[in-house]
Amino acid sequence: MPSPRYWREIPQRYRLEASKCKGCGKVFFPPRLVCSSCKSREFEMVKLEREGKLITYTIIRVPPSQFTDQSPYAMGVVELNGGVKILSQIADCNLDKLEIGQKLRIEFRKIYNEGEAGIICYGYKCVPA
Amino acid sequence: MREVAIIGVGMNKWGELWNKSLRDVFTEAALLAIDDAGVDHIDSMYVGCMSSGLFVGQEHLSSLLADYLGTNPIPAARIESACASGGLALRLGFIEVASGTSDIVLAGGVEKMTDVAVDGATFALSTAADQEYEVYHGITFPGLYAMMARAHMHKYGTTREQLAQVAVKNHHNGSMNPLAQFPQKVTVENVMKSVMIADPLRILDCSPITDGAAAAILCPMDLAKKITKKPLVKIIGSGNATDTIALHSRDDITEIGSTKVAGEKAFKMAGKKPENIDLAEVHDCFTIAEICVIEALGLVDKGKGGKATEDGLTALDGKIPINTSGGLKSKGHPVGATGVAQVCEVVKQLRGEAGDRQIKGAKVGLTQNMGGSGGSSVVHIMEVV
Ligand SMILES: [Zn+2]
Repeated sequence: MPSPRYWREIPQRYRLEASKCKGCGKVFFPPRLVCSSCKSREFEMVKLEREGKLITYTIIRVPPSQFTDQSPYAMGVVELNGGVKILSQIADCNLDKLEIGQKLRIEFRKIYNEGEAGIICYGYKCVPA
Repeated sequence: MREVAIIGVGMNKWGELWNKSLRDVFTEAALLAIDDAGVDHIDSMYVGCMSSGLFVGQEHLSSLLADYLGTNPIPAARIESACASGGLALRLGFIEVASGTSDIVLAGGVEKMTDVAVDGATFALSTAADQEYEVYHGITFPGLYAMMARAHMHKYGTTREQLAQVAVKNHHNGSMNPLAQFPQKVTVENVMKSVMIADPLRILDCSPITDGAAAAILCPMDLAKKITKKPLVKIIGSGNATDTIALHSRDDITEIGSTKVAGEKAFKMAGKKPENIDLAEVHDCFTIAEICVIEALGLVDKGKGGKATEDGLTALDGKIPINTSGGLKSKGHPVGATGVAQVCEVVKQLRGEAGDRQIKGAKVGLTQNMGGSGGSSVVHIMEVV
Protein backbone atom coordinates (compact mmCIF):
# COMPACT_ATOMS: atom_id res chain seq x y z
CA MET A 1 0.00 0.00 0.00
CA PRO A 2 1.58 3.35 -1.03
CA SER A 3 2.64 5.39 1.99
CA PRO A 4 0.36 8.48 1.61
CA ARG A 5 -2.57 6.11 1.58
CA TYR A 6 -1.21 4.32 4.64
CA TRP A 7 -0.50 7.59 6.45
CA ARG A 8 -4.01 9.00 6.11
CA GLU A 9 -5.58 5.91 7.72
CA ILE A 10 -3.40 6.21 10.84
CA PRO A 11 -6.05 7.97 13.01
CA GLN A 12 -8.32 4.95 12.55
CA ARG A 13 -5.73 2.16 12.62
CA TYR A 14 -3.58 3.43 15.48
CA ARG A 15 -5.97 5.54 17.54
CA LEU A 16 -9.34 3.93 16.71
CA GLU A 17 -10.91 7.28 15.89
CA ALA A 18 -14.57 7.05 14.92
CA SER A 19 -17.23 9.68 14.39
CA LYS A 20 -20.47 10.07 16.32
CA CYS A 21 -23.42 11.68 14.54
CA LYS A 22 -24.64 14.78 16.38
CA GLY A 23 -28.09 14.25 14.88
CA CYS A 24 -28.90 10.68 15.92
CA GLY A 25 -25.93 9.46 17.95
CA LYS A 26 -24.91 6.68 15.56
CA VAL A 27 -21.17 5.91 15.65
CA PHE A 28 -19.35 5.35 12.35
CA PHE A 29 -16.03 3.60 11.85
CA PRO A 30 -14.32 4.79 9.75
CA PRO A 31 -15.67 8.37 10.05
CA ARG A 32 -18.03 9.64 7.36
CA LEU A 33 -19.10 13.00 5.99
CA VAL A 34 -22.83 12.30 6.08
CA CYS A 35 -24.89 10.09 8.38
CA SER A 36 -26.55 7.17 6.55
CA SER A 37 -29.37 7.15 9.12
CA CYS A 38 -30.43 10.80 9.64
CA LYS A 39 -28.37 12.56 6.90
CA SER A 40 -26.78 14.95 9.42
CA ARG A 41 -23.33 16.27 8.46
CA GLU A 42 -22.32 17.18 12.02
CA PHE A 43 -20.08 14.72 13.86
CA GLU A 44 -17.85 14.61 16.92
CA MET A 45 -14.74 12.44 17.16
CA VAL A 46 -15.00 9.50 19.56
CA LYS A 47 -12.74 6.52 20.27
CA LEU A 48 -13.98 2.99 19.58
CA GLU A 49 -14.77 0.82 22.57
CA ARG A 50 -11.97 -1.76 22.88
CA GLU A 51 -14.08 -4.72 24.00
CA GLY A 52 -16.71 -6.69 22.20
CA LYS A 53 -17.93 -10.10 21.06
CA LEU A 54 -17.44 -12.38 18.07
CA ILE A 55 -20.35 -12.36 15.56
CA THR A 56 -18.90 -14.79 12.99
CA TYR A 57 -15.46 -16.01 11.96
CA THR A 58 -13.38 -18.04 9.52
CA ILE A 59 -9.88 -19.50 9.36
CA ILE A 60 -7.98 -18.22 6.33
CA ARG A 61 -5.92 -21.09 4.90
CA VAL A 62 -5.23 -19.61 1.44
CA PRO A 63 -4.12 -16.06 2.24
CA PRO A 64 -3.20 -13.05 0.09
CA SER A 65 0.59 -13.11 -0.56
CA GLN A 66 1.48 -10.50 2.08
CA PHE A 67 -0.12 -12.69 4.77
CA THR A 68 1.50 -16.01 3.78
CA ASP A 69 3.81 -16.05 6.81
CA GLN A 70 0.84 -15.79 9.19
CA SER A 71 -1.34 -18.51 7.63
CA PRO A 72 -3.50 -20.13 8.86
CA TYR A 73 -5.08 -17.30 10.83
CA ALA A 74 -8.53 -16.49 12.17
CA MET A 75 -10.61 -13.52 11.06
CA GLY A 76 -13.92 -12.41 12.45
CA VAL A 77 -16.63 -9.81 12.53
CA VAL A 78 -16.50 -8.29 16.00
CA GLU A 79 -19.29 -6.22 17.52
CA LEU A 80 -17.70 -3.76 19.92
CA ASN A 81 -19.55 -2.50 22.98
CA GLY A 82 -21.70 0.37 21.73
CA GLY A 83 -22.63 -1.49 18.54
CA VAL A 84 -19.91 -0.67 16.00
CA LYS A 85 -18.84 -3.75 14.04
CA ILE A 86 -15.32 -4.24 12.66
CA LEU A 87 -13.53 -6.95 10.73
CA SER A 88 -10.21 -8.00 12.18
CA GLN A 89 -7.84 -10.86 12.72
CA ILE A 90 -8.34 -12.85 15.90
CA ALA A 91 -4.82 -13.32 17.24
CA ASP A 92 -3.40 -15.36 20.15
CA CYS A 93 -6.28 -17.83 19.94
CA ASN A 94 -6.68 -21.57 19.55
CA LEU A 95 -8.06 -21.88 15.99
CA ASP A 96 -10.16 -24.90 17.02
CA LYS A 97 -11.71 -23.20 20.02
CA LEU A 98 -13.27 -20.05 18.57
CA GLU A 99 -16.94 -19.57 19.39
CA ILE A 100 -19.57 -17.15 18.19
CA GLY A 101 -20.42 -14.85 21.11
CA GLN A 102 -17.02 -15.10 22.81
CA LYS A 103 -15.54 -11.93 24.38
CA LEU A 104 -12.67 -10.23 22.59
CA ARG A 105 -10.64 -7.07 23.01
CA ILE A 106 -8.68 -4.90 20.59
CA GLU A 107 -4.87 -4.77 20.65
CA PHE A 108 -2.41 -2.80 18.56
CA ARG A 109 -0.40 -5.16 16.34
CA LYS A 110 1.64 -5.49 13.18
CA ILE A 111 -0.69 -6.38 10.29
CA TYR A 112 1.90 -7.26 7.60
CA ASN A 113 5.25 -6.32 6.09
CA GLU A 114 4.99 -4.54 2.78
CA GLY A 115 7.66 -6.41 0.78
CA GLU A 116 11.44 -6.33 1.21
CA ALA A 117 11.95 -2.55 1.36
CA GLY A 118 8.41 -1.53 2.20
CA ILE A 119 6.89 -0.16 5.35
CA ILE A 120 5.64 -2.29 8.23
CA CYS A 121 1.88 -1.92 8.37
CA TYR A 122 0.25 -1.69 11.79
CA GLY A 123 -3.31 -1.67 13.04
CA TYR A 124 -5.80 -3.40 15.31
CA LYS A 125 -6.30 -7.08 15.93
CA CYS A 126 -8.61 -8.73 18.42
CA VAL A 127 -7.56 -11.25 21.06
CA PRO A 128 -9.61 -13.36 23.47
CA ALA A 129 -10.54 -11.21 26.48
CA MET B 1 -41.65 3.19 -21.61
CA ARG B 2 -41.43 0.82 -24.55
CA GLU B 3 -41.70 -2.93 -24.01
CA VAL B 4 -38.32 -4.64 -24.51
CA ALA B 5 -37.56 -8.07 -25.96
CA ILE B 6 -34.38 -10.14 -25.98
CA ILE B 7 -34.10 -11.42 -29.54
CA GLY B 8 -30.66 -12.96 -29.48
CA VAL B 9 -28.20 -14.49 -27.02
CA GLY B 10 -24.65 -15.75 -27.42
CA MET B 11 -22.09 -17.43 -25.24
CA ASN B 12 -18.89 -19.25 -26.12
CA LYS B 13 -17.27 -22.24 -24.40
CA TRP B 14 -15.83 -21.01 -21.10
CA GLY B 15 -12.58 -22.07 -19.48
CA GLU B 16 -8.89 -21.22 -19.47
CA LEU B 17 -8.74 -19.73 -22.95
CA TRP B 18 -4.99 -19.18 -23.16
CA ASN B 19 -4.98 -18.88 -26.95
CA LYS B 20 -7.61 -16.13 -27.03
CA SER B 21 -7.40 -12.45 -26.10
CA LEU B 22 -10.07 -10.47 -24.25
CA ARG B 23 -11.18 -8.80 -27.48
CA ASP B 24 -11.57 -12.14 -29.28
CA VAL B 25 -13.43 -13.78 -26.40
CA PHE B 26 -15.90 -10.90 -26.34
CA THR B 27 -16.28 -10.62 -30.11
CA GLU B 28 -17.05 -14.35 -30.44
CA ALA B 29 -19.94 -14.13 -27.98
CA ALA B 30 -21.20 -10.85 -29.47
CA LEU B 31 -21.26 -12.34 -33.00
CA LEU B 32 -23.13 -15.41 -31.73
CA ALA B 33 -25.78 -13.11 -30.22
CA ILE B 34 -26.01 -10.99 -33.39
CA ASP B 35 -26.43 -14.14 -35.52
CA ASP B 36 -28.97 -15.60 -33.10
CA ALA B 37 -31.01 -12.37 -33.37
CA GLY B 38 -30.59 -12.20 -37.14
CA VAL B 39 -29.82 -8.47 -37.12
CA ASP B 40 -27.43 -6.77 -39.54
CA HIS B 41 -26.36 -3.98 -37.18
CA ILE B 42 -26.54 -2.72 -33.60
CA ASP B 43 -27.22 0.87 -32.54
CA SER B 44 -25.50 0.90 -29.18
CA MET B 45 -23.55 -1.34 -26.81
CA TYR B 46 -23.01 -1.87 -23.08
CA VAL B 47 -20.24 -4.16 -21.84
CA GLY B 48 -19.96 -5.38 -18.27
CA CYS B 49 -16.40 -5.97 -17.16
CA MET B 50 -15.09 -5.85 -13.63
CA SER B 51 -11.37 -5.42 -13.91
CA SER B 52 -9.74 -5.66 -17.33
CA GLY B 53 -7.21 -3.13 -16.02
CA LEU B 54 -5.91 -5.51 -13.38
CA PHE B 55 -6.45 -8.75 -15.29
CA VAL B 56 -4.97 -7.77 -18.67
CA GLY B 57 -3.82 -4.15 -18.25
CA GLN B 58 -6.46 -2.90 -20.67
CA GLU B 59 -9.09 -0.24 -20.01
CA HIS B 60 -11.16 1.75 -22.53
CA LEU B 61 -13.17 -1.31 -23.52
CA SER B 62 -15.94 0.79 -25.06
CA SER B 63 -13.65 1.76 -27.92
CA LEU B 64 -11.69 -1.50 -28.14
CA LEU B 65 -14.70 -3.80 -28.28
CA ALA B 66 -16.86 -1.64 -30.58
CA ASP B 67 -13.81 -1.42 -32.86
CA TYR B 68 -13.15 -5.18 -32.99
CA LEU B 69 -16.85 -5.93 -33.39
CA GLY B 70 -16.69 -3.73 -36.47
CA THR B 71 -19.35 -1.38 -35.16
CA ASN B 72 -17.56 1.99 -34.89
CA PRO B 73 -18.80 4.69 -34.45
CA ILE B 74 -21.74 3.43 -32.35
CA PRO B 75 -22.04 4.68 -28.77
CA ALA B 76 -20.60 2.18 -26.26
CA ALA B 77 -20.08 2.09 -22.51
CA ARG B 78 -18.16 -0.23 -20.22
CA ILE B 79 -20.08 -0.90 -17.00
CA GLU B 80 -18.54 -1.87 -13.67
CA SER B 81 -20.24 -3.08 -10.52
CA ALA B 82 -17.78 -5.82 -9.54
CA CYS B 83 -19.25 -9.29 -10.26
CA ALA B 84 -22.63 -7.66 -11.03
CA SER B 85 -21.19 -5.74 -13.99
CA GLY B 86 -22.87 -7.97 -16.59
CA GLY B 87 -26.32 -7.78 -15.00
CA LEU B 88 -25.99 -4.03 -14.76
CA ALA B 89 -24.93 -3.76 -18.43
CA LEU B 90 -28.10 -5.62 -19.36
CA ARG B 91 -30.21 -3.32 -17.18
CA LEU B 92 -28.73 -0.23 -18.83
CA GLY B 93 -29.34 -1.73 -22.28
CA PHE B 94 -32.93 -2.41 -21.23
CA ILE B 95 -33.37 1.19 -20.05
CA GLU B 96 -31.85 2.54 -23.27
CA VAL B 97 -34.29 0.57 -25.43
CA ALA B 98 -37.26 1.22 -23.12
CA SER B 99 -36.56 4.95 -23.14
CA GLY B 100 -36.59 5.09 -26.93
CA THR B 101 -32.99 6.28 -27.14
CA SER B 102 -31.84 3.32 -29.26
CA ASP B 103 -33.58 0.45 -31.03
CA ILE B 104 -31.12 -2.45 -31.25
CA VAL B 105 -28.76 -2.64 -28.28
CA LEU B 106 -26.13 -5.24 -27.47
CA ALA B 107 -25.65 -5.91 -23.76
CA GLY B 108 -22.61 -8.05 -23.12
CA GLY B 109 -20.07 -8.99 -20.52
CA VAL B 110 -16.51 -10.26 -20.57
CA GLU B 111 -13.66 -11.15 -18.24
CA LYS B 112 -10.23 -12.55 -19.09
CA MET B 113 -8.94 -13.82 -15.76
CA THR B 114 -6.23 -16.38 -16.51
CA ASP B 115 -3.60 -14.10 -18.08
CA VAL B 116 -2.40 -13.28 -14.55
CA ALA B 117 -1.05 -15.69 -11.92
CA VAL B 118 -3.51 -16.90 -9.26
CA ASP B 119 -2.27 -14.28 -6.78
CA GLY B 120 -2.91 -11.52 -9.34
CA ALA B 121 -6.45 -12.80 -9.87
CA THR B 122 -7.03 -12.99 -6.11
CA PHE B 123 -5.87 -9.38 -5.78
CA ALA B 124 -8.05 -8.15 -8.68
CA LEU B 125 -11.12 -9.87 -7.20
CA SER B 126 -10.37 -8.48 -3.75
CA THR B 127 -10.85 -4.96 -5.07
CA ALA B 128 -14.59 -5.66 -4.94
CA ALA B 129 -14.29 -5.60 -1.13
CA ASP B 130 -13.36 -2.61 1.07
CA GLN B 131 -9.61 -2.22 0.54
CA GLU B 132 -9.03 -0.17 3.71
CA TYR B 133 -11.22 -2.00 6.23
CA GLU B 134 -11.54 -5.57 4.92
CA VAL B 135 -8.69 -6.48 2.56
CA TYR B 136 -6.03 -4.60 4.60
CA HIS B 137 -6.65 -6.98 7.49
CA GLY B 138 -6.09 -10.13 5.43
CA ILE B 139 -9.56 -11.19 4.30
CA THR B 140 -10.25 -12.92 0.97
CA PHE B 141 -13.55 -13.47 -0.88
CA PRO B 142 -13.78 -17.10 0.23
CA GLY B 143 -13.18 -15.73 3.74
CA LEU B 144 -16.05 -13.24 3.52
CA TYR B 145 -18.50 -15.88 2.29
CA ALA B 146 -17.14 -18.34 4.86
CA MET B 147 -18.17 -15.88 7.58
CA MET B 148 -21.65 -15.68 6.03
CA ALA B 149 -21.77 -19.49 6.01
CA ARG B 150 -20.67 -19.74 9.65
CA ALA B 151 -23.29 -17.16 10.68
CA HIS B 152 -26.02 -18.95 8.66
CA MET B 153 -25.14 -22.32 10.19
CA HIS B 154 -25.18 -20.79 13.67
CA LYS B 155 -28.46 -18.90 13.23
CA TYR B 156 -30.50 -21.39 11.19
CA GLY B 157 -28.82 -24.75 11.69
CA THR B 158 -27.74 -24.99 8.04
CA THR B 159 -25.41 -27.97 7.72
CA ARG B 160 -22.08 -28.49 6.01
CA GLU B 161 -23.71 -31.22 3.90
CA GLN B 162 -26.41 -28.82 2.69
CA LEU B 163 -23.70 -26.45 1.43
CA ALA B 164 -22.13 -29.38 -0.42
CA GLN B 165 -25.48 -30.27 -1.97
CA VAL B 166 -25.56 -26.90 -3.74
CA ALA B 167 -22.30 -27.82 -5.49
CA VAL B 168 -23.51 -31.35 -6.28
CA LYS B 169 -26.73 -30.03 -7.85
CA ASN B 170 -25.04 -27.31 -9.88
CA HIS B 171 -22.33 -29.64 -11.24
CA HIS B 172 -25.08 -32.13 -12.13
CA ASN B 173 -26.87 -29.40 -14.11
CA GLY B 174 -23.59 -28.22 -15.61
CA SER B 175 -22.85 -31.75 -16.87
CA MET B 176 -25.64 -31.12 -19.40
CA ASN B 177 -24.24 -27.76 -20.49
CA PRO B 178 -21.68 -28.15 -23.30
CA LEU B 179 -20.38 -24.61 -22.66
CA ALA B 180 -19.57 -25.19 -18.96
CA GLN B 181 -15.97 -24.92 -17.75
CA PHE B 182 -16.29 -27.77 -15.21
CA PRO B 183 -19.05 -30.14 -16.41
CA GLN B 184 -17.74 -32.93 -14.16
CA LYS B 185 -20.24 -34.26 -11.62
CA VAL B 186 -19.21 -34.18 -7.97
CA THR B 187 -20.51 -36.00 -4.90
CA VAL B 188 -21.16 -34.69 -1.40
CA GLU B 189 -18.11 -36.68 -0.31
CA ASN B 190 -15.92 -35.05 -3.00
CA VAL B 191 -16.94 -31.62 -1.72
CA MET B 192 -16.55 -32.49 1.96
CA LYS B 193 -13.06 -33.91 1.38
CA SER B 194 -11.78 -31.16 -0.92
CA VAL B 195 -9.10 -28.75 0.29
CA MET B 196 -10.15 -26.28 2.98
CA ILE B 197 -9.86 -22.68 1.77
CA ALA B 198 -11.56 -20.66 4.53
CA ASP B 199 -13.42 -22.69 7.16
CA PRO B 200 -16.06 -23.94 6.61
CA LEU B 201 -15.69 -23.44 2.83
CA ARG B 202 -13.65 -25.86 0.74
CA ILE B 203 -12.37 -25.54 -2.81
CA LEU B 204 -15.46 -27.28 -4.22
CA ASP B 205 -17.66 -24.68 -2.51
CA CYS B 206 -15.99 -21.99 -4.62
CA SER B 207 -16.66 -20.92 -8.22
CA PRO B 208 -13.59 -21.04 -10.48
CA ILE B 209 -11.47 -18.44 -12.25
CA THR B 210 -12.63 -18.30 -15.87
CA ASP B 211 -12.16 -16.64 -19.23
CA GLY B 212 -15.44 -16.03 -21.01
CA ALA B 213 -18.02 -13.71 -22.46
CA ALA B 214 -21.75 -13.57 -23.13
CA ALA B 215 -24.02 -11.20 -25.03
CA ALA B 216 -27.69 -10.44 -25.59
CA ILE B 217 -29.48 -8.35 -28.22
CA LEU B 218 -32.35 -6.17 -27.03
CA CYS B 219 -34.94 -4.29 -29.06
CA PRO B 220 -38.50 -2.92 -28.74
CA MET B 221 -41.27 -5.58 -28.84
CA ASP B 222 -42.87 -4.22 -32.06
CA LEU B 223 -39.56 -4.41 -33.88
CA ALA B 224 -38.80 -7.86 -32.39
CA LYS B 225 -41.94 -9.29 -34.01
CA LYS B 226 -40.65 -8.17 -37.42
CA ILE B 227 -37.06 -9.36 -36.92
CA THR B 228 -37.33 -12.84 -35.42
CA LYS B 229 -39.47 -15.95 -35.81
CA LYS B 230 -38.25 -17.38 -32.49
CA PRO B 231 -40.44 -17.27 -29.34
CA LEU B 232 -40.29 -13.71 -28.00
CA VAL B 233 -38.76 -13.29 -24.57
CA LYS B 234 -39.75 -10.04 -22.90
CA ILE B 235 -37.99 -8.33 -19.99
CA ILE B 236 -40.87 -7.70 -17.60
CA GLY B 237 -38.94 -6.68 -14.47
CA SER B 238 -35.60 -5.09 -13.67
CA GLY B 239 -34.22 -4.13 -10.27
CA ASN B 240 -30.88 -2.86 -9.02
CA ALA B 241 -29.91 -2.10 -5.43
CA THR B 242 -26.85 -1.43 -3.27
CA ASP B 243 -25.76 -2.23 0.28
CA THR B 244 -22.68 -1.48 2.38
CA ILE B 245 -19.52 -2.60 0.61
CA ALA B 246 -18.14 -3.99 3.89
CA LEU B 247 -19.82 -7.19 5.05
CA HIS B 248 -19.24 -6.35 8.72
CA SER B 249 -21.26 -3.12 8.46
CA ARG B 250 -24.52 -4.97 7.82
CA ASP B 251 -27.15 -5.56 10.48
CA ASP B 252 -27.58 -9.21 9.51
CA ILE B 253 -24.57 -11.05 8.08
CA THR B 254 -26.84 -13.84 6.75
CA GLU B 255 -29.09 -11.59 4.67
CA ILE B 256 -28.18 -10.18 1.27
CA GLY B 257 -30.11 -6.93 1.48
CA SER B 258 -29.25 -5.63 -1.97
CA THR B 259 -30.71 -8.78 -3.55
CA LYS B 260 -33.82 -8.52 -1.40
CA VAL B 261 -34.46 -4.92 -2.52
CA ALA B 262 -33.53 -5.49 -6.18
CA GLY B 263 -35.80 -8.55 -6.20
CA GLU B 264 -38.73 -6.64 -4.71
CA LYS B 265 -38.32 -3.92 -7.35
CA ALA B 266 -38.18 -6.45 -10.19
CA PHE B 267 -41.18 -8.42 -8.89
CA LYS B 268 -43.21 -5.22 -8.50
CA MET B 269 -42.38 -4.05 -12.02
CA ALA B 270 -43.20 -7.48 -13.46
CA GLY B 271 -46.44 -7.86 -11.51
CA LYS B 272 -45.21 -11.30 -10.42
CA LYS B 273 -44.59 -13.08 -7.14
CA PRO B 274 -41.83 -15.55 -6.25
CA GLU B 275 -44.28 -18.44 -6.71
CA ASN B 276 -44.78 -17.41 -10.38
CA ILE B 277 -41.10 -18.07 -11.22
CA ASP B 278 -40.46 -21.30 -13.17
CA LEU B 279 -36.65 -21.22 -12.91
CA ALA B 280 -33.91 -18.91 -11.67
CA GLU B 281 -30.24 -18.36 -12.40
CA VAL B 282 -28.61 -16.99 -9.25
CA HIS B 283 -25.15 -15.87 -8.20
CA ASP B 284 -23.62 -18.98 -6.60
CA CYS B 285 -20.06 -17.64 -6.42
CA PHE B 286 -19.88 -19.83 -3.30
CA THR B 287 -22.33 -22.54 -2.23
CA ILE B 288 -23.53 -20.42 0.71
CA ALA B 289 -24.30 -17.55 -1.67
CA GLU B 290 -26.99 -19.58 -3.47
CA ILE B 291 -28.62 -20.40 -0.14
CA CYS B 292 -28.67 -16.76 1.02
CA VAL B 293 -29.84 -15.50 -2.38
CA ILE B 294 -32.83 -17.82 -2.83
CA GLU B 295 -33.93 -16.72 0.65
CA ALA B 296 -33.47 -13.01 -0.16
CA LEU B 297 -35.54 -13.42 -3.33
CA GLY B 298 -38.34 -15.10 -1.40
CA LEU B 299 -38.06 -18.27 -3.52
CA VAL B 300 -37.73 -20.20 -0.23
CA ASP B 301 -38.42 -19.15 3.37
CA LYS B 302 -35.75 -17.28 5.32
CA GLY B 303 -33.33 -19.70 6.94
CA LYS B 304 -34.62 -22.62 4.85
CA GLY B 305 -32.30 -22.35 1.83
CA GLY B 306 -30.12 -25.24 2.98
CA LYS B 307 -33.09 -27.47 3.77
CA ALA B 308 -34.74 -26.63 0.43
CA THR B 309 -31.57 -27.71 -1.36
CA GLU B 310 -31.34 -30.93 0.67
CA ASP B 311 -35.00 -31.71 -0.09
CA GLY B 312 -34.44 -31.28 -3.84
CA LEU B 313 -36.75 -28.25 -4.19
CA THR B 314 -34.07 -26.43 -6.21
CA ALA B 315 -33.13 -29.40 -8.44
CA LEU B 316 -34.02 -29.61 -12.15
CA ASP B 317 -37.19 -31.55 -11.29
CA GLY B 318 -37.88 -29.58 -8.12
CA LYS B 319 -40.47 -26.95 -7.28
CA ILE B 320 -38.14 -24.08 -8.24
CA PRO B 321 -35.12 -25.19 -10.31
CA ILE B 322 -32.08 -23.04 -9.50
CA ASN B 323 -29.04 -22.68 -11.78
CA THR B 324 -30.10 -25.05 -14.55
CA SER B 325 -27.00 -23.92 -16.49
CA GLY B 326 -24.69 -25.25 -13.80
CA GLY B 327 -24.40 -21.84 -12.19
CA LEU B 328 -21.16 -20.02 -11.57
CA LYS B 329 -19.97 -23.15 -9.78
CA SER B 330 -19.88 -25.46 -12.81
CA LYS B 331 -20.34 -23.17 -15.80
CA GLY B 332 -17.55 -20.86 -14.61
CA HIS B 333 -17.40 -17.29 -13.35
CA PRO B 334 -15.73 -14.77 -15.68
CA VAL B 335 -17.00 -12.04 -13.38
CA GLY B 336 -18.10 -9.37 -15.88
CA ALA B 337 -19.79 -11.94 -18.15
CA THR B 338 -21.71 -13.88 -15.50
CA GLY B 339 -24.78 -11.64 -15.28
CA VAL B 340 -25.30 -11.76 -19.05
CA ALA B 341 -24.73 -15.52 -19.24
CA GLN B 342 -27.48 -16.00 -16.67
CA VAL B 343 -29.83 -14.18 -19.04
CA CYS B 344 -28.64 -16.36 -21.95
CA GLU B 345 -29.66 -19.46 -19.98
CA VAL B 346 -33.08 -18.11 -19.07
CA VAL B 347 -33.76 -17.08 -22.69
CA LYS B 348 -32.75 -20.58 -23.91
CA GLN B 349 -35.01 -22.17 -21.30
CA LEU B 350 -37.98 -19.94 -22.14
CA ARG B 351 -37.55 -20.65 -25.84
CA GLY B 352 -37.36 -24.39 -25.14
CA GLU B 353 -33.79 -24.65 -26.45
CA ALA B 354 -32.02 -25.86 -23.28
CA GLY B 355 -31.49 -29.47 -24.40
CA ASP B 356 -31.15 -32.13 -21.70
CA ARG B 357 -31.54 -29.60 -18.91
CA GLN B 358 -34.77 -28.09 -20.33
CA ILE B 359 -37.46 -27.23 -17.77
CA LYS B 360 -40.68 -28.29 -19.48
CA GLY B 361 -43.18 -25.51 -20.07
CA ALA B 362 -41.04 -22.78 -18.50
CA LYS B 363 -42.75 -19.42 -19.02
CA VAL B 364 -41.18 -17.04 -16.47
CA GLY B 365 -37.52 -16.95 -15.47
CA LEU B 366 -35.44 -14.83 -13.11
CA THR B 367 -31.76 -13.85 -12.98
CA GLN B 368 -29.90 -12.51 -9.94
CA ASN B 369 -26.35 -11.19 -10.24
CA MET B 370 -24.40 -9.63 -7.38
CA GLY B 371 -21.18 -7.75 -6.74
CA GLY B 372 -18.66 -8.47 -4.00
CA SER B 373 -20.13 -9.87 -0.80
CA GLY B 374 -23.53 -8.46 -1.84
CA GLY B 375 -22.73 -4.73 -2.03
CA SER B 376 -24.70 -4.56 -5.27
CA SER B 377 -27.34 -6.73 -6.91
CA VAL B 378 -29.23 -6.79 -10.19
CA VAL B 379 -32.38 -8.85 -10.74
CA HIS B 380 -34.26 -9.41 -14.01
CA ILE B 381 -37.50 -11.23 -14.70
CA MET B 382 -38.28 -12.46 -18.21
CA GLU B 383 -41.40 -13.99 -19.72
CA VAL B 384 -41.96 -15.75 -23.03
CA VAL B 385 -44.95 -14.31 -24.88
ZN1 LIG C 1 -27.36 10.51 12.24
